[in-house]
Amino acid sequence: MKVGLVCPYSLDVPGGVQNHVRDLAEALVDHGHDVSVLAPTDDDVTLPGYVVPAGRAVPVPYNGSVARLAFGPVSNARVRRWLSEGGFDVLHIHEPAVPSVSLLALWAARGPIVGTFHTSMTRSRAMSAAASILRPSMEKIAGRIAVSEHARSTLVQHFGGEPVVIPNGLYVDRFSDTPRSPRFARAGGTMVFLGRLDEPRKGLEILLGAMPAIVRAHPGVHLYVAGRGDIDAARKSVPRDYRDSVTFLGLVDEQTRAELLASADLYVAPNIGGESFGIILVEAMAAGAPVLASDLAAFRRVLEYGQLGTLFPVGDSGALVEAAVELLDDEVRRGMLRKAASVAVRRYDWSVLCLDVVRVYETVAAGAGRVGEER
Amino acid sequence: MEWVAIAAVLVVLSAVLLSWTAGRVDRLHHRVDSARAGLEAQLMHRSGATLELAATGLLDPARSLLLLDAAHQARASDEPDREVAESDLSRALVASLGDGAEISRMQRHPDVWDLLAELGNACRKVELARRFHNDVVASALHLRRNRAVRWFGLAGHARMPTMVEMDDSWPPALP
Repeated sequence: MKVGLVCPYSLDVPGGVQNHVRDLAEALVDHGHDVSVLAPTDDDVTLPGYVVPAGRAVPVPYNGSVARLAFGPVSNARVRRWLSEGGFDVLHIHEPAVPSVSLLALWAARGPIVGTFHTSMTRSRAMSAAASILRPSMEKIAGRIAVSEHARSTLVQHFGGEPVVIPNGLYVDRFSDTPRSPRFARAGGTMVFLGRLDEPRKGLEILLGAMPAIVRAHPGVHLYVAGRGDIDAARKSVPRDYRDSVTFLGLVDEQTRAELLASADLYVAPNIGGESFGIILVEAMAAGAPVLASDLAAFRRVLEYGQLGTLFPVGDSGALVEAAVELLDDEVRRGMLRKAASVAVRRYDWSVLCLDVVRVYETVAAGAGRVGEER
Repeated sequence: MEWVAIAAVLVVLSAVLLSWTAGRVDRLHHRVDSARAGLEAQLMHRSGATLELAATGLLDPARSLLLLDAAHQARASDEPDREVAESDLSRALVASLGDGAEISRMQRHPDVWDLLAELGNACRKVELARRFHNDVVASALHLRRNRAVRWFGLAGHARMPTMVEMDDSWPPALP
């Protein structure tokens, strides 16, 4: 099939939506489909051959943070040209409601259109107002996909209907093929946390608070913390005597991230809320790290209600200590979790998810003609 | 004189808005029709694959007969009973093909395996087609509740579209 993908954010900036679009594009190419990705780009970066630049992205405040978006006459003209010259069997727009090339493409296109919604937002008056402005455009989308149950319920609240859920994917082999790294694997046990240091909902504070008790019960254990944020402030929150048991790595690249997870005897996700899916847990499981996560709805689903990892009550530092020590002491249990998880994560592999996405394309494109430009 | 001009502008503007909205209603109705046709095609595909599977003789006679009957009922049923008959077919499939171990053993018979894969694909597509159909219906119903659409009869004589409510679950073990 000839597929046109639209990404609202610059592909050269890392981010959940961008990674998703890139991975999906590559999976589709592997399956023999003809793919073109339209995305904002800065002119001086080199990008994969399937990317068509849609103009420069400018930073603007949107939805509570600063996003780099592309809009205006140049982008609009490029979107229209790409649509009319592409000859696509299906147009797949990511985040169709984001005021960037996504919304421009939705506005300008006709024919079989699929939309994937990544964000989950709580209902607000601003969003309700936006929903009524967006409705005539949204009506054009013939197949709606949400990446999580959370994103799906946001979508249903605002627009009704029955979107399907196809979760975020990953290339499992990239993680499972990564060996344990001597740099991180410790004889006394390696614990890993990935996430922003200063974002309270990631729950690092709870984990750091639990560290002294974990170290006392299980001497020699070491915690690696990787993520952006103020390292000095985070280190100071660990009692002085225990600071040698924690290493802050700052922001790490993808290779280091995979090595860390492959070397972990325990991956801890102490989040206290705001997670819609938990791709990081799937990555940890793919790399072979036993998972200990807080009992959030999203995590519970990914860990299949405790079958694939251990859950502890949200924000409960004492329960975290207890569960962590128990797991660190029990190699057999960790081995079982590893084994169960390595089988279960296969269904998040792009090679599988890609088939689900193509099925959506086929359903939408059946008898609908080609994508073209709205007259 | 000014008032006449303003009134004329208002009339023109509302005419444009009304005709644009009428276009939206019309397009949505077309999309409902084509989504409905797509769903019909997937349902036929699914019952067809079920009939073929029942005819291979690889399943025991009890299940073959069950599937044959459910698929046949689904194909023969007419409008008011259609959703019930198709839901029955879903349930018959789930009940007959629920044993994951048995299904993975069928990989040894490549032609049956292909048939199972085709059935699995058809089942998943029924679910997608039904959801996407109901999505368009939801948009159409929302627009038809719009005051302008009701007062000016912009929907013409088009029938009020209806959702398709049926059990579209499928045996998770299917390839």
